[in-house]
Amino acid sequence: MALLRTFLLRLVTTIITLFGVAVIVFVVIRVVPGNPIAMMLPPGATEDDIAQLQALYGFDKSILEQFIIWLSGVVQGDFGTSISTRQPVAGLVLNRLPATLELSIISLIFAVLMGGTMALLGTRYRDGKAEGVIDVIAGMALSIPDFLWGLILILLFGVLWPVFHISGRISPALNIDFSTQFYLFEAILRLRFDVIYDLIGHMLMPALALAIPLAAIIAQLLKQSLKETMHLDYVTLARTKGYSEGKVITREALPNAVLPTLTLVGVQFTFLIGGTVIIERLFSYEGLGNMAIDAVINRDLPLIQGIVILFALLFTLVNLTVDILYVVLNPRLRNAR
Amino acid sequence: MTAYLSIRNLTVTLTGGTPILRNVSLDVVAGQVHGLVGESGAGKSMIGKAVLGTLPRALTISTGEIWLDGVNILTLKPSQRRQRIGAIAALIPQDPLTALNPSKRIGPQITRRLVDILGWSKQVATARALELLAEVQIPDPVRVMRTYPHELSGGMRQRILIASAFAAEPKLIIADEPTTALDVTVQKQILRLISDMQTRHSTALLFVTHDLGVVSKVCDTLSVLYAGKVVEDARMHRFFMRPIHPYSAALLAATPTYTDPTGSLTPVSPKVIKAVEQEIQEHDMRARQ
Repeated sequence: MALLRTFLLRLVTTIITLFGVAVIVFVVIRVVPGNPIAMMLPPGATEDDIAQLQALYGFDKSILEQFIIWLSGVVQGDFGTSISTRQPVAGLVLNRLPATLELSIISLIFAVLMGGTMALLGTRYRDGKAEGVIDVIAGMALSIPDFLWGLILILLFGVLWPVFHISGRISPALNIDFSTQFYLFEAILRLRFDVIYDLIGHMLMPALALAIPLAAIIAQLLKQSLKETMHLDYVTLARTKGYSEGKVITREALPNAVLPTLTLVGVQFTFLIGGTVIIERLFSYEGLGNMAIDAVINRDLPLIQGIVILFALLFTLVNLTVDILYVVLNPRLRNAR
Repeated sequence: MTAYLSIRNLTVTLTGGTPILRNVSLDVVAGQVHGLVGESGAGKSMIGKAVLGTLPRALTISTGEIWLDGVNILTLKPSQRRQRIGAIAALIPQDPLTALNPSKRIGPQITRRLVDILGWSKQVATARALELLAEVQIPDPVRVMRTYPHELSGGMRQRILIASAFAAEPKLIIADEPTTALDVTVQKQILRLISDMQTRHSTALLFVTHDLGVVSKVCDTLSVLYAGKVVEDARMHRFFMRPIHPYSAALLAATPTYTDPTGSLTPVSPKVIKAVEQEIQEHDMRARQ
């Protein structure tokens, strides 16, 4: 009962959030200078031609009228037509979504693995030199933003020692028909190791660029809460039972120490998804973020709206997932009302 | 009588050299309860921690021997020491509210170490846990095994911790102020339970407390500690009849008597404190030579 109520409440707040995002985006992109229609037409177009085309796309109406028309379409699943490509926005956006999702999820996995390892090692060898080294590494990783990491990685592994692909998502020479846009997950399911290898070779650097700052945050916060947990009585009791320090950390302390980190990772993951916009551009990775930049350059208003709404939806879904995970991992919340 | 725990000349110091325990020696014999009394900060708990290998990182054992069932554990390699302590000794902690892992069910918290450290089968461990939960008078043990700590009261949790401590039939149990964190009404029951369990399993029990009233109820022998030094080692009856050391006598006199409602509390007199401080200084001087 309580769970259902929570769920319905979340659904309502999600809808309100998305509506708010839609209003802001709709108004802002129409207020900033730059006429999308003028950009479509060749330089010699007359005022009359522009006005005609504007009427065709409905840009001659007031913002409120445009919004109502757009919203009534959205409710029916129609997000309008892209101005630059003349294709339905919904199809364009959904086609690119898997690429960005794969990149974000792989980045998150990297970040959790790297940050988690650093936190566990730092706790195991706490108050020693090893912890100092980890703190320094984490500090450096955190003080350099993701796009700069992208450039550093391109210089290191794309130019100086070219072992990874620096652009694109998959080698064009690789002739394979995917039935979905989830290339990596599909390749894994079909056990096409050559394809997996190629995809990872492309994805590794952008994913690392996104993951490194988040890994540093995870390392610092998780190590902090692990170290606090290590002083608690049940951890001491586990030690007297004969468990090794490593087991004590992973088995007794970790399940409790992970909770505050989880909340933060949720918030940071939404930032990571935001970071894909620049990183995808940097690595010419054909995802939503790359498409978003093109859409802004072309003043493709319907497409911008579609992408932003989708990003907003992703963020709320991430937050919902974190909340659910939190309840799953924390038995004290499970039967609380 | 075999001493399951013999501590010989144990000195523990803070990094920098300040002694926390000074040349402590004591024996805990099979089937008997040895009390460890003293004011807060006297180092009572540190003795238990030294034995169980859970001293805070800032403390180091500088000299001494800790014989656990015939083996000086300080000569063992860390991993061997840990396993020997886990197999032979157990702890009943002070605060039952913080001594159980909040994210794990009760069952595994009792059985996991039996399986992991002692190599029991899961079925045997579970059966053993149920048996012990019944022995510590927990109603409906099967259900309790599936609950989380936050669903149980402090008294229940302390019973579970006692059951868990006895689960592997350890030769030595260290009870570190096991009733201090509990309600007064529950304290008595838990005290009796620990005492009964100890007698039934003929375990050697090291009972750390600041409460002489508690000591008189459960202990056979006791050590009085002041500033990390044992000032008196005695059998129970003799101690309460005529304590030898002036500090012990003062400590005994300071115990409030509930039979005299008008009686005021007697503090340990400054003269006695001065004398015992003097003694400790002399001990440190001798130790330095």
